[in-house]
Amino acid sequence: MTSVPAATGIATQNVRKSFGDHVVLDKVSLSVEEGTILALLGPNGAGKTTMVRILSTLIPADSGSMRVAGHDVVADPDGVRAVIGVTGQFSAVDNLLTGAENLQLMADLRHLGREAGRRRVAELLDQFDLTDAAGKLLSAYSGGMRRRLDLAMTLVGQPQVIFLDEPTTGLDPRSRRTMWQIIRELAAAGVTILLTTQYLDEADQLADRIAVLDQGRIVAEGTPAELKSRIPGGHVQLHFADARGLHSAAELLPAAGPDQDQLVLQVPADGTVDSLRDLLNELHEARIPVDRLSIHTPDLDDVFFGVTGGHVSAQPHQDHTLEGAANR
Amino acid sequence: MTTLAYTLSDSRVMLRRNLKHQLRYPSMTVMLIGLPIVLLLLFVYVFGGQLGAGLGAHLGRGAYLDYVVPGLLLITAASVVQGTSIMVAMDMTGGIIDRFRTMAIARASVLTGHVLGSLIQTLAAMGILIGVAFALGFHSSAGVLDWLAAIGIVALFAFALIWLAVALGLAAKSVETASNTPMVLLLLLFLSSGFVATATMPTGLRQFAEYQPFTPVADTMRGLLGGAAVGGQAIAAIAWSIGIAVVSYLWAIRLYNRRRAAEPK
Repeated sequence: MTSVPAATGIATQNVRKSFGDHVVLDKVSLSVEEGTILALLGPNGAGKTTMVRILSTLIPADSGSMRVAGHDVVADPDGVRAVIGVTGQFSAVDNLLTGAENLQLMADLRHLGREAGRRRVAELLDQFDLTDAAGKLLSAYSGGMRRRLDLAMTLVGQPQVIFLDEPTTGLDPRSRRTMWQIIRELAAAGVTILLTTQYLDEADQLADRIAVLDQGRIVAEGTPAELKSRIPGGHVQLHFADARGLHSAAELLPAAGPDQDQLVLQVPADGTVDSLRDLLNELHEARIPVDRLSIHTPDLDDVFFGVTGGHVSAQPHQDHTLEGAANR
Repeated sequence: MTTLAYTLSDSRVMLRRNLKHQLRYPSMTVMLIGLPIVLLLLFVYVFGGQLGAGLGAHLGRGAYLDYVVPGLLLITAASVVQGTSIMVAMDMTGGIIDRFRTMAIARASVLTGHVLGSLIQTLAAMGILIGVAFALGFHSSAGVLDWLAAIGIVALFAFALIWLAVALGLAAKSVETASNTPMVLLLLLFLSSGFVATATMPTGLRQFAEYQPFTPVADTMRGLLGGAAVGGQAIAAIAWSIGIAVVSYLWAIRLYNRRRAAEPK
C-alpha cells in the first residue's frame, strides 16, 4: 500500500494500538472509497470496536496515519467530528428524554437552526417509523426502536461518513432487515460507511468490500465474492433414521461423507435452491427415506478457516434445520 | 457563528437538557429538595425547644429557628449536589457521552449544563426552604443589600460544591458510588456551626469545626440574615468557596478529558 490519499472516504495506514501489553490493533491499513460500505468482520475481541473508536476520535491510536473525509484524525479531530456520525454498540440515547427530544438535542448541537432543525427531526421520525412514538419517553421503546432512534440521531447532521459498530447485534430478524435497508439507502445516497459485524451474512448483504480482522490484524480483504471464493463451500447434512438409509444414500452420492455414528451424511452443496431440489429429487426417486436435513451456509468460522488456516473458533455454526423436510 | 457563540449555544442546549432531566426524574428532585425541609421541621419542632434554650436564657424554639436557617440552606446545597454527582455519573457511564464526544461541540458544554442546571436547582430549593422557614415564623432583620450579599455568598459556595460534585461524579466508577461520596458534605455540615455553636463542642472537635469551610459560610449567612456585622468570616467564606471551586474545576476538567481514553471498551 502506498501513502494515505487525501481524498474523501476513509484511509488508514499502519494503525497500532495497545492497552498495556495487549496489542489490540497491529498495523491496520484500510481504505474505504467514498459512497461505499466496508464491513470490518471479526469475532469479539478482534479489535473492531477499538478501530471505530480511534477513527471517530474517541481514543488516540499509538501510531499510524488516518484520514476521514479528508481530515487528519490526529491533527484535526474537530474537522472529523463535523462530518462523521457514529452509532456505537451501546445505545447512545438520552433515556430521560423523548424520541423527538433526543433528535432535537442533536439538531441543536449541530447548530441546524430552529426551522431547519425541526424539519430534520420530523423527517427522520418519519423515515425511521418513529412518528407515533415521538412523544414517548425512551423507557417505552423496544430494543429495535432504540436502535433506530440511535441511528436517526447519528444522521441528524447529514454526515458524509458513518461508523456503525455492530448495528444489528441483539436485534430480532425483522428489525435487522429494516436496519439493513436503511444502511443500503444511506450508501445509495453517497454516504461512506464503515460497519463492524460478527456475521458474514450481514457483511455479504451490505458491504462492497469486507476486511477480516483477527487479533488486531487484517487477515483478508476483498469483495464478498472474492472472499467467498477463498472459503470452503457450504454443505447439506442429511440425518437418517437407520444405518440402511445412510448406506444407500452414501452409495447414491459418492461425493458425500458419511458419519456412521451420527447417521449423518454430509453432502457438498452451493446453497442454491436448484441444487437442493435436485438433491431431494434424487433421494426421492431412489426411495431413500431421510429423517431430516440441515443446511450449513459458510460462516465466520469458515472464513477464518479459509484465510488463517483455521486457528480460531469464533462463532457457533449457524445451521438452519428443516425438520422432516425431506420426508414430504 | 463564532467559537464563543457556539460555546454559548451548546451550553444553553446542555442546560436545557439538564433542566428537563430534573423534571423527568421527579423522585430524585423532590427527594433532594424535600430532605432539607424535613430536616427543618425536625430541627425546629423536635430538637428546637431544647437547642434554643441553649442559645441563651428566655430563648427557645423561635430563636433556634433563626439560628438554624443558614445551616439548612447549606444542607440544601449539599443535598442538591448529590443529585449533580448522580446525574454526571449517569451521563459518563451511559452511551450518550460517547455520542457527544464524537460531535463537533464545545467539549466542556456537557459539564457547563450540569453546573448551571444544578445552580438553578439549588437556588430554587433554597427559595422554597426560606419560604417554609418564613411560614414557620423565621425572623430576619436583614435589609435588601444584606439579602443580596447573603444570596451571593450562598450561590458562590453552592457553585463551588457543584463543581466538587461534578468532579466526584466523574471520578466515580458507578452511579452508586457517585450517589454516596457527596454524603461526606452532609457529615461535614453537622461538624460545623450550622446547627450548634462551635463553642459548645469539645476542644478537638471545636478546632476542626472552626477551620472547615462550612463554618465561615454559615456564620456569614447568619450574620447577614440577622443584620449583624460580618468581617473576617465573610472573607474566609469567599476564600474557601473560590478555593474549592478552582481546585474542583481543574480536577473535573482533568478527569473529563482523561476519562475513557485508557479504557479498552
